[in-house]
Amino acid sequence: MSLLEVDDLAVHFGGVKAVDGVSFSVEEGEVFAIIGPNGAGKSTIFNLISRIYQPTHGTIRFDGQDITALKAHDIARLGIARTFQNIELFDHSTVLDNLLMGRHTHRATNFVQDILHLPSVRREERAHRRHVEEVIEFLELEAYREKRIEGLPYGVRKVIEIGRALAIGPRLILLDEPASGLSVEETQDVAFWIEDMRRDMGLTVLMVEHDMGLVAQVSDRVLAVANGRPLALGTAAEVQADRHVQAAYLGSPEAAA
Amino acid sequence: MRVVFKKSYDRDIDLHEHWLDRAKIAVLLAVMAALPFLVGNYYLAEAANTLIWALAGMGLMIAVGHTGQVSLGHAAFLAIGAYTDAGLMNAGMPFWIAFPVAGLAAGLFGAVIAIPAVRLSGIYLAIATLAVFVIVEELIIMLEPITGGVGGTMAPSISLMGISFDRYGALANFYWLVLGIVALVTWGYANLMRSPTGRSFLAVRDSEVSARSLGINVTRTKALAFGLSAGVTGLGGALMGHYIGFFNYELFSIFISINLLLVVTIGGLGFIQGAFLGAILITGMPQVIAILRDTVNASTGIDLASLPGIDTMMFSVLLIGFILFEPTGLYGRWLKIRTWFEIFPLARRDMFRRHKTYLKTERMR
Repeated sequence: MSLLEVDDLAVHFGGVKAVDGVSFSVEEGEVFAIIGPNGAGKSTIFNLISRIYQPTHGTIRFDGQDITALKAHDIARLGIARTFQNIELFDHSTVLDNLLMGRHTHRATNFVQDILHLPSVRREERAHRRHVEEVIEFLELEAYREKRIEGLPYGVRKVIEIGRALAIGPRLILLDEPASGLSVEETQDVAFWIEDMRRDMGLTVLMVEHDMGLVAQVSDRVLAVANGRPLALGTAAEVQADRHVQAAYLGSPEAAA
Repeated sequence: MRVVFKKSYDRDIDLHEHWLDRAKIAVLLAVMAALPFLVGNYYLAEAANTLIWALAGMGLMIAVGHTGQVSLGHAAFLAIGAYTDAGLMNAGMPFWIAFPVAGLAAGLFGAVIAIPAVRLSGIYLAIATLAVFVIVEELIIMLEPITGGVGGTMAPSISLMGISFDRYGALANFYWLVLGIVALVTWGYANLMRSPTGRSFLAVRDSEVSARSLGINVTRTKALAFGLSAGVTGLGGALMGHYIGFFNYELFSIFISINLLLVVTIGGLGFIQGAFLGAILITGMPQVIAILRDTVNASTGIDLASLPGIDTMMFSVLLIGFILFEPTGLYGRWLKIRTWFEIFPLARRDMFRRHKTYLKTERMR
């Protein structure tokens, strides 16, 4: 059984078919990439999986469970974490607090205990700190631990988003254009991190990415979409060689003629 | 500049990283506790009033400063707190029961109205809370048997274990009681903000979409924040009732709501300290204006008392000034000044350029 199964997924906004009849499945421990030209519906697929949009039809299964009817805030508890294409961090908080916010699904105390700061709260905080500290070490964010997000450079914020998703302790991580706007070196870091996530943390990675170099380097399988419809599925080389994919990116010779 | 070497996670979890900070709070509390021996009854009563405003301001700060929900209706929660407390005490309940129940009543009411209201944001939420305020005001007038209607009601004198805490008869005791309550609430508030609950408030304030993706139930979090906010303000209302002694619905006017909003905005949104600075300003301003008026009158012979509305005008100018030039409020300004000294001479002009304010309007969502 696949970890994530998307079956005949569609979402229509009025007459616009943003996603239409997309099916794919992601195996446990796989790095799966979705590519496609701008406006192809890649991020929309992410928003459907993380339940921000309600699909018009189709089902999404995670670990055998139908998650199509769940609320957006139930998704993290199942072990699905995500990042956003346009960084959505908590700007006024420190890096540490941002990562600690990622531990929300693991909290066991309620607000009354929190207000009284009972020993259980402190115990739990220590455990969260330990976990977050591992993420900080993994992503080499030590220098920024106490810094507020609003003053940090773009590349660092991008990494913190990945860190916050990792702090959830997920089984599946959705990366929405993790390398967009990053320098070549930073992109290389992201590639290594994705490798490590899979190898050392046993994570399954689903990503949307434009950088074909990165996609080819890390992903096991690639799904190409255009205009909300699937074009090709296979290894990065296979998909890049696909005639329909080339047509979608470059325009078809027939249409040009 | 002070550098704190952290050897355990506990240093981060503690409210204060450095013993000096803890010592400062202890000194402040000691001075506050010694105030009855230092100043006369007039200024002691003013200090109690300031503390009560700070308490009510902290309530509003939870909603506006830390969860990003603007409320123009917090006078309603003050009123619910004051009337519940006075009503229960008039029915024979002791203060130590009536007071927490008053906070609870205001809090529950706040949480219940929050469930539909928090779907709104920015100016729309402000208008919805204003409507709630109008409803509560009408209810107070209609529920005459309990509230005394237009005539008003009397907050009985407080006594605990045979000791009188009467606002006039035993002002020092009343002041200490208020100080104790405010200190306790402040401690609880600070605890809240270093816990998962407090972080979920900040998450909802800064980005609802990513709060959701982290598993935070936004509606429930907002309702909880609003309920806590209303509850703390309700506690402030109960004390305000005792402070005033005899009050009717007019005490809790829309201007009180606006003044509370001033407390948190001028004080510094998103800082507990801001509620205190704002309260000092709001309760201190009329005093300063009165003194100024007398001085001007004595030295130049110009009678400023004949010009009505001068207080309101000064308040407005101050608010507009703060929103335009210092959106982070008094506390934000203080942080900048402190940083300037701490890193002297390395401060740069643009250091705080990227700091933005939390007060969002329609831009949200």
